[in-house]
Amino acid sequence: MGKTVISVEHLSKRYDLGVIGTGTISRDLSRWWARMRGNPDPYLKIGQVDYGNRNGDSIWALKDINFKVKQGETLGIIGANGAGKSTLLKILSRVTGPTSGLVKIKGRVGSLLEVGTGFHAELTGRENIYLNGAILGMRRVEVDRKFDEIVDFSGVEKFIDTPVKRYSSGMYVRLAFAVAAHLNTEILIIDEVLAVGDAAFQKKCLGKMGDVANEGRTVLFVSHNMSAIEDFCQRVILLRQGQISSQGNSSEVIENYLNVTNRNLHERHWDHPDDAPGNQNVRLMYVGIENLTGESQLNLRVDKPLRLRFRILSKIESNKFHFNFQLYTANHVCVFNTASIPQTFPRGVVEATCDIPANLLNDNIYSVSLMIHCKGVEGLHLPDALIFEMEDAGRSDWGWYGKWIGVMRPKLNWNVAFMNEE
Amino acid sequence: MANTKIKDQEWDLIIKPESAWWDLRLREVWRYRDLVMLFVRRDFVSLYKQTILGPLWLIIQPLMTSLTFTVIFGNIANLPTDGLPDFLFYLSGTVVWNYFADCLKKTSETFISNANIFGKVYFPRLVMPVSTLISNMITFTIQFALFLAFLAYFKVSGADVHVTIWALALPLLIVLMAGLGLGLGIIISSLTTKYRDLRYLVTFGVSLWMYATPVIYPVSSIPEKWQWIARINPVTPIIEAFRFAFLGAGSANWGMLAYSGGFTALVFVVGLMIFNRVEKTFIDTV
Repeated sequence: MGKTVISVEHLSKRYDLGVIGTGTISRDLSRWWARMRGNPDPYLKIGQVDYGNRNGDSIWALKDINFKVKQGETLGIIGANGAGKSTLLKILSRVTGPTSGLVKIKGRVGSLLEVGTGFHAELTGRENIYLNGAILGMRRVEVDRKFDEIVDFSGVEKFIDTPVKRYSSGMYVRLAFAVAAHLNTEILIIDEVLAVGDAAFQKKCLGKMGDVANEGRTVLFVSHNMSAIEDFCQRVILLRQGQISSQGNSSEVIENYLNVTNRNLHERHWDHPDDAPGNQNVRLMYVGIENLTGESQLNLRVDKPLRLRFRILSKIESNKFHFNFQLYTANHVCVFNTASIPQTFPRGVVEATCDIPANLLNDNIYSVSLMIHCKGVEGLHLPDALIFEMEDAGRSDWGWYGKWIGVMRPKLNWNVAFMNEE
Repeated sequence: MANTKIKDQEWDLIIKPESAWWDLRLREVWRYRDLVMLFVRRDFVSLYKQTILGPLWLIIQPLMTSLTFTVIFGNIANLPTDGLPDFLFYLSGTVVWNYFADCLKKTSETFISNANIFGKVYFPRLVMPVSTLISNMITFTIQFALFLAFLAYFKVSGADVHVTIWALALPLLIVLMAGLGLGLGIIISSLTTKYRDLRYLVTFGVSLWMYATPVIYPVSSIPEKWQWIARINPVTPIIEAFRFAFLGAGSANWGMLAYSGGFTALVFVVGLMIFNRVEKTFIDTV
């Protein structure tokens, strides 16, 4: 095996949520002054609950990432949206800096986070090849040497002296990819640029990527296309909420990832209270999702109500507690937070149900983050207690079947009336 | 410790949260010189595509401005011009001021107007402002040639103008203007990543500054008690020296130019420091 060419050590990146800074120069100055004297930030909100990787006004997009890449290795990076893949690539390609930690790199790095960066509509194809090549870090002589190859690969010879604003979108993308594909650095960082062009060109792109991987260059590759990852990468890193969840042989990690993300969690039992989530006051026994009308086959459609059922074991006398859950989308956007009224129960089994009405959720993957608070403190917290996908339905009135955007799709009262003739 | 130091030298690049403010990586900018020239070319080519007159606009613009000034300030307001032909006086001021103002205005937008490129690919961020300076340099050269042409014309027609030995200081004057414009521009561009208000401030701030600078009037016409304003303005000595060099009127002195130079150096260094700090993570806030 070759020597290490990329070494990532304790890499972390924090993003501040919401308003950037405090919004005014004077407050920023007083915040800075407080920090200089070692005092706490006077504008930090207190008492915010820590949800996963979210902390107060900031989010850790990456937290303590460590890995090494050897020369000639093709490393895949996978993970759900918001897992930190893009942030990692941005730091490695120096678009943004880390909050803490180090990255050491040996060799020239070329990064393709987008094809056609810096293309100027008024310039001709020829001028754009030189400009884009230089932006990606190529010297003029390098572009000179590869010019014919690039033009040939893109298949736009006839229009090479036409401004790119006259190109079709397919031609534009092909030219852009052709420049990127001929970037000749020792280390290449690629983010999903494969999904361009028509099917024939995509095949050509994939072939080119395969060549790059076989040339013995070091490649870091981020994609949602698992079959491409599996074909090109010997090793894969799976990111989850900003941390490395697993790494190793590509087919194993991919299987692991697909199991975590694609398996709906509709029902979970805990047979032994001691192994179940909870503490000395309360233990979880069962969580499940069901149709309200009691169909034998679970049928989660946006136009049908559904019921969440939670069963717990209350282990002490006169235990006062309440159930609470947040519903998140797959992108970790909180749709809502809901809680039952605190009540006191004797020792024993307690069951709670919560109904989500029809025509409220969108067709999306949702996850339920369950909490039970005993006597005012958190007795149990289970993120991703349930994961389910709502199916699209009830669109025939509109006759339009594109993606219905939004985290919710509530059916609201519309009133459209004819007022009078013109 | 010594051991890790030796090991670190094996790496070509170390990405870490903080870097020393003096570490400007100018060598890297030099390595990207092809990109600088391509940006210059892009700016120049794209500016006048699909215009009928093309680069002629570079000449028309200062001509029209100077004509307007001649009519309004020379003929209507009757401002003094140190005994020089009105048109030449205004043209010299406009050409010099435009170079400075364009450098300042364009570099002050470095981060905001290039956010989409900066967000996708790394190259030394200084490449952008440096290429702006060079693009503006081309404009200045053309406009300066225009000025020389009119100078020759007026000279032949017998106007009382003469080129002095100070003309040799022209490169120095250009460096001062470029340095001052770049320094202020990158300070503003670094701050606008957080505080957008500054963009609006720059737009009218620069026009106000022009009136505080002897572009449309000579320093000698300023009443004694307001002279200090002209004196603390670092652009004043540059414009005055330019006029003295090519028209032979006004005042040029090394003391004032040294003040401009010191001011420029300070702004330039502070600008680079701030720019260097901001360039790493500005993409998170812009």
